[in-house]
Amino acid sequence: MKTLRLLAVGWYYQFKMISRSPFEGIGQVIYPLFFATVAFFIFRASESPRTLLYAALGSAVMGMWSATSTTAGNAMQRERWHGTLESLVATPPHFGLVLLPITLAMSTIGIYCLVATLALGRFVFGIDLTVEHPLLFALAIVGAVVSFGSLGFLFAVSFVRFRAAWALGNLFEYPVWLIGGFLVPLVLLPEWVRPISWALAPTWGMSAIREAALGGSPLPDLLLCLGLGAIYVALGLAMLERVLSAARKRGALALS
Amino acid sequence: MSYRALFYWLTFWIFVPGLVVAPVFQILLFAYIGRSAELESDEFYVVGNAIQYAAIPALFAMSQLVAGEKFQNTLGAILVSPAPRLPLFFGRAVPVVANSVFVAAFALTAGTLILGVDVPASSIPALALVIVVAAVSCTGLGLINAALGLRIRENAVLSNAIFGFLLIFTGANIPLSQLPDWMRAVSEVIPFTHSIQAARELADGASLGSVIDLVGTELLISAAYLSAGYLLLRFFEGQGRRHATLERS
Repeated sequence: MKTLRLLAVGWYYQFKMISRSPFEGIGQVIYPLFFATVAFFIFRASESPRTLLYAALGSAVMGMWSATSTTAGNAMQRERWHGTLESLVATPPHFGLVLLPITLAMSTIGIYCLVATLALGRFVFGIDLTVEHPLLFALAIVGAVVSFGSLGFLFAVSFVRFRAAWALGNLFEYPVWLIGGFLVPLVLLPEWVRPISWALAPTWGMSAIREAALGGSPLPDLLLCLGLGAIYVALGLAMLERVLSAARKRGALALS
Repeated sequence: MSYRALFYWLTFWIFVPGLVVAPVFQILLFAYIGRSAELESDEFYVVGNAIQYAAIPALFAMSQLVAGEKFQNTLGAILVSPAPRLPLFFGRAVPVVANSVFVAAFALTAGTLILGVDVPASSIPALALVIVVAAVSCTGLGLINAALGLRIRENAVLSNAIFGFLLIFTGANIPLSQLPDWMRAVSEVIPFTHSIQAARELADGASLGSVIDLVGTELLISAAYLSAGYLLLRFFEGQGRRHATLERS
């Protein structure tokens, strides 16, 4: 119960803080809208059987990923810059329980992106989104947020040795948009890319959201998405142990 | 010298992911979206996005010319000096143009190689010229962005917004004929639209002579944006002095 409370409180305060940040909050909501607009124009102009609804859902989830990838890679570095990293590591709860709510809060900002993109599609491009399974759609969004945040957690821990962690986080924005099947069906990608797509929770999160909206069966995709999220957290925690113990031994926690 | 001082943080580990790898993925993303939508050829997206990505160094680096000085608390010292402003601001723009040219040229080369787009060898010198013109043009827009940095605190958000605006309006990914009239009218007076059009024609085998009107228009646009950027910088500098607000935002 204590752990859950720590996660919830951490998430709530981080979410409030990020929401008020012009770059991480407002900027991360606005930026994907430009890409969504391009996608809407492209799909509207084409004679492809893929509908604008397909583009609307894909663009919306692109925004969710965007909100996570560009900021989460830098989550640990940010604490270092603020001078709060040592204090947070020294607190009795495991540092993973402090870091995970930060990246979850970042991915939660993605819900703003999702709403903004769907609203753009509805009111500017006239895309009528009728969600076939509203409850499952909501569940799929929550599942996607959790798994995106978990992948962000893994990024945050993995990139901590890099001084330019934010640049690495940025780097993963386009590739995941591409190979996550957000706007491009996976069958169009080279075969060697597909196993990479399958290992990414955003691929399954996207699929679950699309299935729920269009009337398919989203549960298997949602479970895969959450399962991969759990694996990312486990990997992140294992890596965090090594990173922290190495930093403690060398007295290098504040450095880089 | 000021470029090196302001961009001491631009290491290999930031340059490569942000300015070498990212534009290639932007090209791939839109080329595959284009394939999925069955709208335009790979060449359309390779040329459009390679040139449009030159906006990243042009916008962000130019805004850093003001934001970086502000961050380092050196803006006041620079603006209080009697140094002539024209070489001061335009001198700083030269490395930015060079960087933008490199980014666009690399992205174009990598994009054509990865997607197997065929560009005639005879078009390469003319394409290089178009890329330089495009980079100068967007650096003019970057100068306006830098001037706004004297008033706006969140330059990174503004730069991202301008980048996104260019992504939509320049025809980098959307054929101009698909844009509503008012958007097409806007696209006529912003950087990149004409250079992207010229580069596409060159990639199709056209001669430099046949696109010279497009290149000329882009040059006129760059002159207009550079002048507007310079005037805006002087205006905001004057305002900042009068109201003692240079370092405030």
